[in-house]
Formats: sequence, C-alpha cells, structure tokens
Amino acid sequence: MSVQPAMPKCWRIESKPHKFCPGCGHGLVLKALGQAIDELGIQDKIVFGCDIGCSLLSWDFFNCDTIQTHHGRTTPVVTGIKRANPDVIAVAYMGDGGGYAIGSQHLVNASARNERITAILVNNTQYGMTGGQMAPTTMPGQKTETSPYGRDPEKTGYPTQGPEMVAAITPEGAYVARGTVANVKQLKGFIKKALENQIAGNGFSFVEALSTCPTNWRTNAEETWNFVEKEMTKYFKVGEIKVPGPREKEGQ
Amino acid sequence: MPEKPIQGEKRAFMTGNEVVAWAALAAGAEIMYGYPITPQNEIMHYWTRMVPKYDRRFLQTEDELSAGFTTVGGVLAGKRAFTATAGPGNTLMQEPLSMAEAMRLPVVVVVQQRGGPSTATVIYSQQEVTMTTLGGNGEGLRVVYSTATHQELFDYTIKAFNTAWKYRFPTFVLGDGYQAKMRESLVLYDPQTRGIEMVPTEPYVGKPGLPGTDRPPTHMRNTYNVEEELYEVLEQYLADYAKAAPQIAEYDAFDTEDADLVIVSHGVVSRACKAAVKELREAGYKVGYFRPITLRPLPVDQLRETAGKCKQMMVVESANGQLDRLVKEAIFGSTVEMLSLFKPGVGITSEEVVSRVKEIKG
Repeated sequence: MSVQPAMPKCWRIESKPHKFCPGCGHGLVLKALGQAIDELGIQDKIVFGCDIGCSLLSWDFFNCDTIQTHHGRTTPVVTGIKRANPDVIAVAYMGDGGGYAIGSQHLVNASARNERITAILVNNTQYGMTGGQMAPTTMPGQKTETSPYGRDPEKTGYPTQGPEMVAAITPEGAYVARGTVANVKQLKGFIKKALENQIAGNGFSFVEALSTCPTNWRTNAEETWNFVEKEMTKYFKVGEIKVPGPREKEGQ
Repeated sequence: MPEKPIQGEKRAFMTGNEVVAWAALAAGAEIMYGYPITPQNEIMHYWTRMVPKYDRRFLQTEDELSAGFTTVGGVLAGKRAFTATAGPGNTLMQEPLSMAEAMRLPVVVVVQQRGGPSTATVIYSQQEVTMTTLGGNGEGLRVVYSTATHQELFDYTIKAFNTAWKYRFPTFVLGDGYQAKMRESLVLYDPQTRGIEMVPTEPYVGKPGLPGTDRPPTHMRNTYNVEEELYEVLEQYLADYAKAAPQIAEYDAFDTEDADLVIVSHGVVSRACKAAVKELREAGYKVGYFRPITLRPLPVDQLRETAGKCKQMMVVESANGQLDRLVKEAIFGSTVEMLSLFKPGVGITSEEVVSRVKEIKG
C-alpha cells in the first residue's frame, strides 16, 4: 500500500490528479501556495486569478474563488478586484511569458503603484503551453522552438531579471523574492510572507518561482533537476530581494 | 452614508462628458477605471472631483487593456464598475470586453467616438460602430446604445448599468466627440424619483462562507478543452441574447407610414436628419425618419417593417457605411432601394441631408 503525500487542505480534491505534465513544476508551486493559504487560514478570503499559458490549468485547482483571465492580463483583473473589494486577498498567478512579455506593462505599473496584491510568477524559461518557444527568461544558448540554434543574447538579449526589476521600481512596503521548486519549503515561506505582506497592506508582493518543464526541455529527471538547480541559478539568484521596512541608508 | 448626488431633479447646462459622470454617480456606480484619451477625458475629470464627496473610487491605469481588465475585476467583485474610452483606446478595449462576453460580465463602457483609422482626429466620428457592436474575437454578445442628446447621455448611461446587470451582457453607451464636448441643457435626476429601480449587483468572487464547504467555489473560465464544450456554452448565450434582444431593442421613428423615402441614421447625426425630414415634409416631400437607438441588438422587426412599406431608404452617417452594413443585414431580402450619404469622420448638417433628398427626388 502506497502512502500518498498529504495535499493542502485548500486543494480541490475533485480536480486531482491535476492536469500538468509529469515533472512539471506548477504542481509544486501550487502546493507551496496551498500550504501557505492553509497555514494562514485564509482560504475563504483568497481570490485566485490565473493567466493563460500552462497556468490556465489551475482554474479549478483550489477550493478558492478563481478567475481564469487572458494571457498577460491577470495582474489588472486581480488589481481591479482588490481595488473594488480590499477585503479579499488577491493572488495573480502567471508564467514568465504572461508576466515579463505580453503583460510586462501591467507588472511594471502594478509595481510602481504598489498594488496590494500578490503576484506569483512561474519561470520555466520558455512558453510551455504553446510548445516551447523562446521567452524573456530563456537562458543564453538555450535551444527552443524559436531559437533552434540556441538563444543569442546579441540578437535577443539576456534573461529578464524580473524580481530585481520589481524590487527596483516598487516603493517601500513591497516584498520581492525568488524561490525554486527545488526547495519547496523555502518557496512556501516566501509565498507566505508575500501573502502576509498583502494582508498587512504594506504593498505589492512578488514571488518568482524557478520551475521545470521536462516536456519542452526534452530532459530526463536528472537533467531536469540539474537545469533548474545549477543552470538557471547562474542567472536567477534565489532568495529574498526586497523586504518591507525603511531602506537602509548608504554606508550603514 | 453620503448624500445622494442629485436630490430630485435639477436643470443643468453642461458638456456631455460631465453629464456621463453625473449619470454614473446617479446610477450608483461605485468605481471607475480609466486611461486618458480625447475626447472622453473629462468624464474622468468630473468623476475624480466627485469621488471623495460621494464615497466612490477611481483608478487610473497604464493603458486601456488594463482599464478594461480592471473594470472586469471591479464587476467580478460585485460593483457597478465602468470605464470610458475612444478610438484607439476602444480598439484595445475589445480584448477585455471579449472576456466580459465570454463570462457574461456586466461591464459598462462609455465610448466617445473620434476619427479613424488610427489616431486620426480627436474630434468626432461615427466610425466606431462596427468595432463597438461586433468587436473582439466573438459573436457580438453585447448591447450598444447610441445617444443623440445630452438628456439621452444621462438617461442611457443610467440605463446601461441596469441592462448590463439584468441581462449580464457588456453594455456600451456610444457617444461621440461632439456630444462629449458641447454644452447643452438637460434635466439631471435621481433615478428613484422617476421610478427607476437600479438592478441590484452581486459579487462573483469574495462571497461569504468557506468555498468547498459552505458553498461551491466560484470557478470561472474562458478556455475550453473541446469544440463541443464551447459550442454548448455559446448556444446557451446566443439563445439568451436572442430572447433578450426584442426587450432591449429601441428606436425612434416618425412620418414613416406614407413615406416614399425613409432616412435612417443614429446618434448625433439623427438630429440633423430629424430637422431635415421636418423641413422636407413642409416642402411636400414624402419622407420619413427612422433612428435605431440600440445598434446592437438592432430593432430588426421595425426596420424590416419600415423597409417593406417605403420605396427607398437612405442611410446617413459620419462613417463609410458602418450603420449601412448593419441595416442591410437586418432587412436582407427586402426590395427597397438603398441610398446613402456617408461622410466618414465629418459632421453632417440638415442642409446637406435636405439637398441630397432634393437631388434624388428632383
């Protein structure tokens, strides 16, 4: 008899097993989010918005009110909900294409306005749902369907440093971190702090999660884990990047 | 509880944009989301000035995509939410409005048409008819009121909220730059004193109770796995729309009974046509006047009946046949001769209409 790992209480059992590919990191990110929601006891307050891309598959994932939005438009939908009803705890869930490419103006401006929402962005270095095209986060030299000879930074730039950008443009009170599905416990901690930051009304909360896509990476388990742990972290530094509180003065 | 913005009735002389802001206040709109574009800006200007006094809200967004999608969010939270736009902004607004169609969200949008294509002019046109009635990658499951006077801007802005929340289709008030910027007298009123009950709103998300235990969670999607799944949803939507259409459709007409030629127009152009028909009648011409107030859905039965009685129909509009196409579709099969006076992006005077009719009739 096999023992199933415990599911977060706020997961919706009717929609499990979930629809993501084997080896996909989304399930782990949503597990971390689920655990954070359970620990904070906020299942009845959560409004979860999911983007289009693989993240759209989470539209019935939780026993939480959920809105599936358009590609790149989860940030404004969730912003609109939070502005109209500040009592909800609003979560915008998106991929790197939705957040850093088509929806980048929304991420930038929600950051600058310090919207009291929590954005969780899953970075798996390419567009998963559409079949593995180059994304803003694709690694230099990484082969994708639209960079078949490897991403050339001379022609297409370097991977987007999302959390670093958000940290730079948010006013005080924002919370910004980058976690990884290779360390779910730490990721859960970051997401929990991001939700707490919204509950406290401090400001915008943003967590990027480094994630896996063995389907489009065409990697086996060992290569998948190697890529997320060793390759991606060369460009994407894991840790807290901005925490609320007054900025430290120069030289202190 | 802040006082009502309008107690009873009040005569006013103001611009159309100011009228829209007052109408939204009187209708109990709770939040506006917007992005600057001429000629609708003053709707935001007046709204933001009145927001603190009447406990309303406003968010200036980064673009019209965001203005539309935040308005969608406001509606999901259960608020009477609206936005206003024009021209290229209306183009961007079609994306969020297609989501509103897909999820039957009662989003209200005020459009003050400007010249097109592209940036064109900030002044005036009737060139946003096709886009406003049928925009987005969908089936035009929306309601469009085309106003002609400031009184109508007030009346139909209030009505738009009720139509949207009653039938759960996104609803547009289609004005134009002339209506937006000119001053005109009208009567502002508290809807309740006219016996107008505002249709109650309700939240889609953030309802009381623990989802999955006390109540089912709200799970709203716009993506479907297979064609049949989508088809089933759309069949229901289209049936709902077909059922609601005759209840929603509105028009104004006179002198059509014995008319040889009926002039069809909408919006501010209908004012010139109304004056022209009266003048022509006095001069002995057998002309009639027909004006659809709803461009989507059109008053199809009345249009067909009118087309069946007259010999000629002349569509007059400040666009190159955008209303004309809708009318022709509605009266398909009729043998009435179709004539036109199209001036894309330019205003039309009653003199021009009169002289065109005299040219035709000799």
